[in-house]
Amino acid sequence: MKRSMRIAAAALTAALFAVGLAACSPGGGSDTSAAGKPADLDAALSKGGEITYWAWAPAGEAKAKAFEAKYPNVKVNYVNAGSGVDEYTKITNALKAGTGAPDVAQIEYTAMPQFYLAKSLVDLSSYGFGDLKSDFIPGSWGAVADGEKVYGLPEDSGPMAMFYNQRVFDQYGITVPTTWDEFSAAAEKLHAADPNQYLTSDGGDGYFASSMIWQAGGHPYQVDGTKVTIDLQDEGTKKWTGVWNNLVEKKLLSPTPSYTDDWYKQLGNGQIAALISGAWMPSLLESAAPEGAGDWRAAPMPTYDGTAASANFGGSAQGVLSQSKNPALAAAFVKWMNDSPEGVKVLQDSGSFPSTVSDLKAPDFADATSDYFGGQQVNKILLAASETVPDGWQYLPYQTYAQTIFADSVGQAYANNSDLNPGLKKWQETLVSYGNEQGFTVTGK
Amino acid sequence: MAAVVASVSKTPTRTRRRLGIPIGWGFVTPFLVFFVIAILAPVVYAIYLSLFREQIVGGSGFVGFDNYVRAFTDPEFWAGVGRVIAFMIVQVPIMLAFSLIAALAIDSGRLRAPGFYRILLFLPYAVPGVVAVLIWGFIYGPRFGLVGSINNFLGAQIFTPLTPDWVLASIANISVWEFAGYNMVIFYAALRTVPSELYEAASLDGAGPLRTVMSIKLPALRGALVITTIFSIIGSFQLFNEPNLLKPIAPNAITSNFTPNLYAYTLSFAGQQYNYSATIAIVMGLITAIIAYVVQLRGTRKELA
Repeated sequence: MKRSMRIAAAALTAALFAVGLAACSPGGGSDTSAAGKPADLDAALSKGGEITYWAWAPAGEAKAKAFEAKYPNVKVNYVNAGSGVDEYTKITNALKAGTGAPDVAQIEYTAMPQFYLAKSLVDLSSYGFGDLKSDFIPGSWGAVADGEKVYGLPEDSGPMAMFYNQRVFDQYGITVPTTWDEFSAAAEKLHAADPNQYLTSDGGDGYFASSMIWQAGGHPYQVDGTKVTIDLQDEGTKKWTGVWNNLVEKKLLSPTPSYTDDWYKQLGNGQIAALISGAWMPSLLESAAPEGAGDWRAAPMPTYDGTAASANFGGSAQGVLSQSKNPALAAAFVKWMNDSPEGVKVLQDSGSFPSTVSDLKAPDFADATSDYFGGQQVNKILLAASETVPDGWQYLPYQTYAQTIFADSVGQAYANNSDLNPGLKKWQETLVSYGNEQGFTVTGK
Repeated sequence: MAAVVASVSKTPTRTRRRLGIPIGWGFVTPFLVFFVIAILAPVVYAIYLSLFREQIVGGSGFVGFDNYVRAFTDPEFWAGVGRVIAFMIVQVPIMLAFSLIAALAIDSGRLRAPGFYRILLFLPYAVPGVVAVLIWGFIYGPRFGLVGSINNFLGAQIFTPLTPDWVLASIANISVWEFAGYNMVIFYAALRTVPSELYEAASLDGAGPLRTVMSIKLPALRGALVITTIFSIIGSFQLFNEPNLLKPIAPNAITSNFTPNLYAYTLSFAGQQYNYSATIAIVMGLITAIIAYVVQLRGTRKELA
């Protein structure tokens, strides 16, 4: 009997540990608003100090180093805390715990609202950041500003284009598609010629789906303060699923999940012959799929009716976290990174596509050639794409969570090679009920 | 008579009691401090959290047992519970049978180098779980992994370990590989405690190897079997590392509610639903404790019979 008690106690203790682990997330959000003034930035820079910067983009560390070189009395502790949602999880935990969050963090445009609505980001307008609006392209500025409030400065931007493997296209006699109908026909032709060959890959990605709907002219998420409307069956969405369903149902998309080793290998050896992606893709291809050097080209995104249209896909900003002990210095670092020639140059050297108007308009930017892309002037195509991004797009104030649960509903349609629309409806249902639980007023159409 | 005894023992009892209380507490305090801080406080805090609901808009409010009502009617949660139960029913017996046979084989004295096999089988347990899953992720890779190579060789997609139909079995396979050696060592240790006289007596009585296993070795292993079964059940209910690490390469097969722990993790760290997540953890902890206790009761009843 005694031993049995001991075993029961062991079982209970193990169960308690399980509960305890899940419980390490204390409550309480802080509402810190910096009441600074523009002059505070220079004062903070001359005074110096130490700040922590979390980012994962390739330019992150280089920016911190260049900033330290320029202002020797400032120390920037650069930390790569994981990319995207991995970093946000750590930031959210640190904010909950009340300590441990960085002063400055890289945050994707898609995740900005969830941080500023939770009052986790400092409103930088008191430092005069509102005046910087004209320095940035509207699409990127819209992601960091909410009315008069400015919660960060845009770093890179991601106008979409089609990147394709010329060698594979030549080998199988495929001409560069300019419409989605041509794109579907090419996908069928290529896969029929060799079952290991796919025109493109998509295993299900909520951000990609959103950008595709954006290009088709859809506005599935509409946000007005805390009032949210979700319509994942609007005209634009239907237009996109009209094309994409055909590819999904006929198994013409490589199901290899994006950003995995297998995926990069297929991009390098040409088994995935084209990607519809953001302006950050060329530098990613160059570093992660070096075998494809010289084979790849860029072209405008295929269209529905011949009218040029693109969308944004990805792109990040830097914001100052409300926990920062030195918001003025942190703001000065954000401003230097994204709104000074030296800061933006570091970004461009890493192959990213900037958001600053002056750098995008510079002649040597458009004329730059890429060896990976066979000497093509890739930036020209991306610049043209950035001009044709439909206006008025909005993301949900909880888009990161939406992305996390995309696989549960829409991903199942991808896995079963079936109609995406029921999956999108189910996704919408979950997003509506989640939003209402979180205190938003969400209606689903 | 009672009065006499009482009066005789009066003085020493008092002294012991006077000194005994502080000394006893002194011995217990180090453990108690650890217990309260590391085990009791988080549980109490989790229970406290589970009675509230914090929203992105509108802050935190007391909701009573709303979160529990929601948990008991949440199909996503129960789908995950069903999955780990299915996992447990299939994986635990296979793993323990494998461990048992391995332990009996090594203990039989008929192997040439038993120490070598013992270490070989135990080795996977020494590999960190995260690394093990990464290794298996590479093996399971449908394009360029080992499975991909075998499929290419056979000329068809025969093995698809990362599809929704097979992914649970693939995870079970990883778990068997990881933990069979650990359980084998427990069984082997229990077998070593069997006195050799028993074997001698058995062979004098004319018992063959099979009879020895059935009548001596298996009864000796009963206690170890109960313990390993309970630990394996708890392990099954806490399934998290394997699905979480395989998710990037099988995003559609491993949903965010694949196991209750993964669900609690997604709710808390991606959905910021700390309160509901704490509720899920408490409900899961209770279910685990109940099932472990039932198994333990049944196991010991057999032992007594």
